[in-house]
Amino acid sequence: MAAKKSQQFDPVKTLSEIEEKFEMFQILNEEGEIVNEEANPNLSDEDLQELMRRMVYTRILDQRSISLNRQGRLGFYAPTAGQEASQIASHFALKKDDFILPGYRDVPQLIWHGWPLEQAFLFSRGHFMGNQMPEGLNVLPPQIIIGAQYIQATGVALGIQKRKKEAVAITYTGEGGSSQGDFYEGINFAGSFRAPAIFIVQNNQYAISTPREVQTAAKTVAQKAVAAGIPGIFVDGMDPLAVYAVTRDARERAIKGDGPTLIETFCYRYGPHTMAGDDPTRYRTSDIDSEWEKKDPLVRFRKYLEGKGLWSEEKENEVMEQAKEEIKAAIKKADAAPKQKVTDLLGIMYEEMPFNVKEQMDIYKAKESK
Amino acid sequence: MAQLTMIQAITEALKLELKNDENVLVFGEDVGNNGGVFRATEGLQKEFGEDRVFDTPLAESGIGGLAIGLALQGYRPVPEIQFFGFVFEVMDSISGQMARMRYRSGGSQHAPITIRSPFGGGVHTPEMHADSLEGLMAASPGLKVVIPSNPYDAKGLLLSAIRDNDPVIFLEHMKLYRSFRMEVPEEEYTIPLGKAEVKREGKDLTIIAYGAMVQESMKAAEELEKEEYSVEVIDLRTVQPLDIETIIASVEKTGRAMVVQEAQKQAGIAANVVAEITDRAILSLDAPVLRVTAPDTVFAFSQAEEVWLPNAKDIVETAKKVLTF
Repeated sequence: MAAKKSQQFDPVKTLSEIEEKFEMFQILNEEGEIVNEEANPNLSDEDLQELMRRMVYTRILDQRSISLNRQGRLGFYAPTAGQEASQIASHFALKKDDFILPGYRDVPQLIWHGWPLEQAFLFSRGHFMGNQMPEGLNVLPPQIIIGAQYIQATGVALGIQKRKKEAVAITYTGEGGSSQGDFYEGINFAGSFRAPAIFIVQNNQYAISTPREVQTAAKTVAQKAVAAGIPGIFVDGMDPLAVYAVTRDARERAIKGDGPTLIETFCYRYGPHTMAGDDPTRYRTSDIDSEWEKKDPLVRFRKYLEGKGLWSEEKENEVMEQAKEEIKAAIKKADAAPKQKVTDLLGIMYEEMPFNVKEQMDIYKAKESK
Repeated sequence: MAQLTMIQAITEALKLELKNDENVLVFGEDVGNNGGVFRATEGLQKEFGEDRVFDTPLAESGIGGLAIGLALQGYRPVPEIQFFGFVFEVMDSISGQMARMRYRSGGSQHAPITIRSPFGGGVHTPEMHADSLEGLMAASPGLKVVIPSNPYDAKGLLLSAIRDNDPVIFLEHMKLYRSFRMEVPEEEYTIPLGKAEVKREGKDLTIIAYGAMVQESMKAAEELEKEEYSVEVIDLRTVQPLDIETIIASVEKTGRAMVVQEAQKQAGIAANVVAEITDRAILSLDAPVLRVTAPDTVFAFSQAEEVWLPNAKDIVETAKKVLTF
């Protein structure tokens, strides 16, 4: 029996109906006002202050890292300012047992998970000791291949599920990363296994210089979750409370056995892609920059906390001083790391050195002892 | 002792290690209920459950990444890539990720993963199934690459590979899967990785081969014996790292050597072997070290495989050049 015309499936209409449903989720607006009381995660005063402290600290770390890079005292560095809510507030919803698979801009989450600052600096300098993760720290070093961490996160999450641990695997990439095959394979596999994973896409509008519109015809990255059969949410990535709330909810679902979630945090990086010569003025105007600066996560959160009597200039200065002191001390420690030798590198290739490595080890040992 | 085909020996090794070590997981496309397209995982899901032997969605990069993540949770993954020609889909997970896990983490993490995969010509597959891509793998520091030539070795090498704490690419030649049987002990035994085997002793010429070319080289050696040439045949078994000691000891004895591989001349392992021999034993050589390989085209269309693949006749021809130089 032929279907009636009025009942015909309309793919164009269906798509636009789905896309309209992915509205941006916000709790704290640019003025620091709660606009969605119902969704307010109601963090304790101490937690609110701690979240603010971490964001301020991370902003200082970013500023110092940029300047240390310019002085030649740090190597590879991908600036983070503007993305504090996306990074720090999502991390704030995690527990120690959760496993983080970061992209290369996600150094702050690793630090707040327990990666010693001096090791982050050694990583930046290209020293293998930076990546030697302390026992019990559930992280991988920052991933360089865009999106590769997504499918590995699914593996970690499946392992967590098999071990029956109360934990999640969380991974980060950018909107550029959401174009990669590994992005789709990661969210699809995780959905298929109902693995306890959280996939965060920090949509900071540009993949180096390529604007968001070039990446995909999809109106949001979050809606890509629909195709994988998993929940997706489009969240204001400059709003720490909203990012915290959606990550916490995703974590609760994952731990209950309800599978993974894709979270798109809509945000902005103020700085260049990395410190290796990227010039954002080639692809962004200062008008765009100032539009985004009005949405700044620290500014709105500061207003909110000041309104509650939980924050002050004095407190902020204290955090800034502490950050500067700790960074200084960490750089000193990093400076003290021994110079790398070829034998160090040969020694971390295999558990047991095969013939070729062993032979080269002997050659380099002799060279290095000269 | 049971007479087993290579595929049966592989199944037995998997079964043994699933039993021995609860951290061993076997997964891939169609490896569960279906037992794999070649039945390498036949009956394993039934015996060990869906938690330990399971199907994945169809995506090779996904399978590689999954293995890495599971390794980070203390598992010992044994994923299958359905045909090794599909490896290009998972190159980053292999060469870019698992091969570098120990190094990248400064030795604080490792990836005890064994990727099993069928490859090899002579069985008339469609494109991208039969290619010899071991050279690509061997060129990635951090990996070990193993290619058994018979059922007995397949079992012992696979057990060693799974127990190894670094990633191993374990390549199974499709033509060898069921072409002959061999006595394979039921109990467990291992063959160390990185150790070649002298299959046949001789004093005039050393033929170094691996995979399906071992059999062809043995046939050639028998032919040459009829003409009073005494030929030594070495089965590399592990193509990365090479067993330099065994190769060099043999070449120093015979003074003449050649390398046989199914891969194209520009691919495979033969060039490495030749370089190692000239580096280390040039003064022992009475002749250039020649190679028998496939020609440098893309793997042959299936109807052309017979003329494309190296065989015993080609080996005899080249051997005579080396012997009479």
